[in-house]
Amino acid sequence: MKRFAALYATIDQTTKTTRKVEALAAYLSQAPEDDRLWTIALFSGRRPRRTITTTRLREWAAERAGIPLWLFEESYPIVGDLAETIALVLPEPTETHDDTLTTWITRLRALDAASEDDRKTAILDAWNRMDPLERLVFNKLLTGGFRVGISRKLMTRALAQATGQDEAQLAHRLMGDWTPENTTYHSLIEAEDKAAQLSRPYPFCLAYGLDEDTPDSLGDPADWHAEWKWDGIRGQLILRGAEHFVWSRGEELMTDRFPELARARDFLPDGTVIDGEIVAWEDPHPLPFNALQKRIGRKTVPKKLLKEAPVILLAYDLLEENGHDLRDLPFATRRARLDALLHDLPQDAPLRPSRLIPFKSWGDLAQTRATARDHRAEGLMLKRSDSPYHVGRKKGDWWKWKLDPLTIDAVMIYAQQGHGRRANLFTDFTFAVWSGNDLVPFTKAYSGLTDTEFRKITAWVRKNTLQRFGPVRQVRPEHVFEIAFEGIFESPRHKSGIALRFPRMARWRHDKPVQEANSLDDLHALLSQYG
Amino acid sequence: MVLEFKPQGIYCPAGDFFIDPWRPVDRALITHGHADHARPGHNRYLATAAAAPVMHHRLGEITLDTVDYGETRRIGGASVSFHPAGHVPGSAQIRVEVDGEVWVVSGDYKTDPDRLSEPFEPVRCHSFITECTFGLPVFTWAPEAEVAAQLNRWWADNAAQGRFSLLGAYSLGKAQRVLSLLDPEIGPILTHGAVENTNAVLRGQGLPLPDTIHVTPDTKAADHQGALVLAPPGALSTPWARRFRPASTGFASGWMRLRGVRRRRAVDRGFVMSDHADWDGLYAAIKATGAETIYATHGYTDIFARWLTEQGYDAHVVPTEFTGESLDDDASTEADAAS
Repeated sequence: MKRFAALYATIDQTTKTTRKVEALAAYLSQAPEDDRLWTIALFSGRRPRRTITTTRLREWAAERAGIPLWLFEESYPIVGDLAETIALVLPEPTETHDDTLTTWITRLRALDAASEDDRKTAILDAWNRMDPLERLVFNKLLTGGFRVGISRKLMTRALAQATGQDEAQLAHRLMGDWTPENTTYHSLIEAEDKAAQLSRPYPFCLAYGLDEDTPDSLGDPADWHAEWKWDGIRGQLILRGAEHFVWSRGEELMTDRFPELARARDFLPDGTVIDGEIVAWEDPHPLPFNALQKRIGRKTVPKKLLKEAPVILLAYDLLEENGHDLRDLPFATRRARLDALLHDLPQDAPLRPSRLIPFKSWGDLAQTRATARDHRAEGLMLKRSDSPYHVGRKKGDWWKWKLDPLTIDAVMIYAQQGHGRRANLFTDFTFAVWSGNDLVPFTKAYSGLTDTEFRKITAWVRKNTLQRFGPVRQVRPEHVFEIAFEGIFESPRHKSGIALRFPRMARWRHDKPVQEANSLDDLHALLSQYG
Repeated sequence: MVLEFKPQGIYCPAGDFFIDPWRPVDRALITHGHADHARPGHNRYLATAAAAPVMHHRLGEITLDTVDYGETRRIGGASVSFHPAGHVPGSAQIRVEVDGEVWVVSGDYKTDPDRLSEPFEPVRCHSFITECTFGLPVFTWAPEAEVAAQLNRWWADNAAQGRFSLLGAYSLGKAQRVLSLLDPEIGPILTHGAVENTNAVLRGQGLPLPDTIHVTPDTKAADHQGALVLAPPGALSTPWARRFRPASTGFASGWMRLRGVRRRRAVDRGFVMSDHADWDGLYAAIKATGAETIYATHGYTDIFARWLTEQGYDAHVVPTEFTGESLDDDASTEADAAS
């Protein structure tokens, strides 16, 4: 644990990527194998299952610190991180320990079956043995959300340095839904494990956004392919060993959530891997994202929903054919093979190619892009014809060229402080539009402003609070913000009757008086046009 | 009431004077030289002799009368005396007595001693007007020697690896306190103009500070390998700092206790070091006054007052324009940086 806490501190105490990777690589070559495995798991978003509710942790921490619970609760939003708040209020430890990360995690897992009293005793004992830094790390294990400024990509790079293995191959090995409890460091990183390989997805190739109005900078249009950028769930369909697997980009195994895709086995040969977008479909278009949304998060799907929002896979790319990895072939070749493979599928097959969009010039394509909403697409994807299927995000070969967002001018009426890096700043706002003389709240937004703007608005909120509801402050309706969003839906759950997709603050409209903000009627006009 | 809260600031009707007023008044008693307490535009100022040089430096030609710590002055119907607050050199709490009733205005204070400020002295009173910049139980400070060890280890490591140590600290108080803790054996200490100006003032009144090298446009970083560079926090992200590369960056402030704040600052290291009392210090100071009525002026006032009420105090929140240890650079620092 001490070694891991020290690693955490080193990573946390530098803003330089190379130093973080260096420290992690050193750790991954020196720590015990079990600890390495857990570290890889934690830094790739896998954490031990939560055994103790945060409510209990707060109570125990307040009790141990000798402060009333309300005082702990008031401190938490100011610190912005529960694990850290607990670590900060606890008194100095009176005992010590010399146990490893894995030992502590195993101990935590064992508490699953323990009584409430035993859990409390164990946690208080742990807190009393650890120094403040170890406590912070330990509490993060307890509360989840282990984000420490090391991306998965950097972790993979460090692991490559530590093991001498190829980074892309390691990235592939680390895919899937393994946990340190169902594998070992050896079988995950070193061994050839046929069974694990069967379901393992390829790392997704990701694109950067293109900001320009015309992509002239990309050169000759003849070198590029274009297709719609669909608004669904990016996924990988794997047919191997007479089974099929559906993975989301977040590496969640979603096979059972989309039973429609099982029929792919009837049409496609074993040894096939397809990258595509899972969308709810109503010929000839996808349904809006909120139709699909209803199916996300449901492990089993009721018949009614299967009927209302049937899904298909719009296929983008062919990654494996007859068991051969095609990722190094040029996109144009892979795409031609994909089309050949899907060519003869019947109309009711659960997958079809996402069609390519022919174009002669960038100007042509810009006009097509402008019609994306009519096709229920978010914009276009541009892929260089000779590009391989990269691991992760790499600049240059793939671009997403999204439509300009929809916008509306709204009045800020509530403000709340952010978390983590944004604790102590007001960053979470609720916005309203006019309905007669009333302001009706319709969305929240958290992002889009610069740090300087957040500081400015924070100072303003402090001086212009009308009322407090717990952490939420009602502020003087004085500031207008342009809210940008990707989609608009009807939503009976909201007071305004609408919900937005990806709302954010595009601009602080210092020039606009509050009276000139948009109205609920304006929102409904957008809803009938784009909803 | 011995003291009242007016739109201009804290007012004593019996003596017709204000304490640390934020709007121009005829007569102002000043606890210390930080910009949110010592503002320009008053007709007459009264402060400790030890605070005077900094006030002249920052406010220019002002009509300033000085007193020694513990010396009693009669102003109208009030008896007034200044007592060490342990915040920065020259800082004071102001005691006001009218007809046997005693009120104390804390200004900003720190209960743990450091190597430069006159150590905090509790003053018995009936009503205590206190700051609570760090009035939450998450704010507790490590002993100064521990922070000194962290600072020097960080500096020595950086120097050994060929990096500059670029440290942000407010130019009045914090910067000098950092200087008093540094081990000059590790390497040269370079200072930004804002810090060096204040250094000169404090050296002038006899405070022992290690030798420093003022960074000028002609300063070549290569001549000062392994140096620690001390600057106002705002200067760290300006072109001024860019000549010192490669560098590890640090920031000394009580706010560095919070990881989120440090990450937002995007500095490598945060050194938890404040000129204000921590949670335990605030409560110890309040207990030591023996006061029954407490007014919280700035910081986490609502929360702190609620907690004091639970402890049996008659506690109130008073809105003021004091800012305490601001998370953002205070205006005076910026002004100094320009000079």
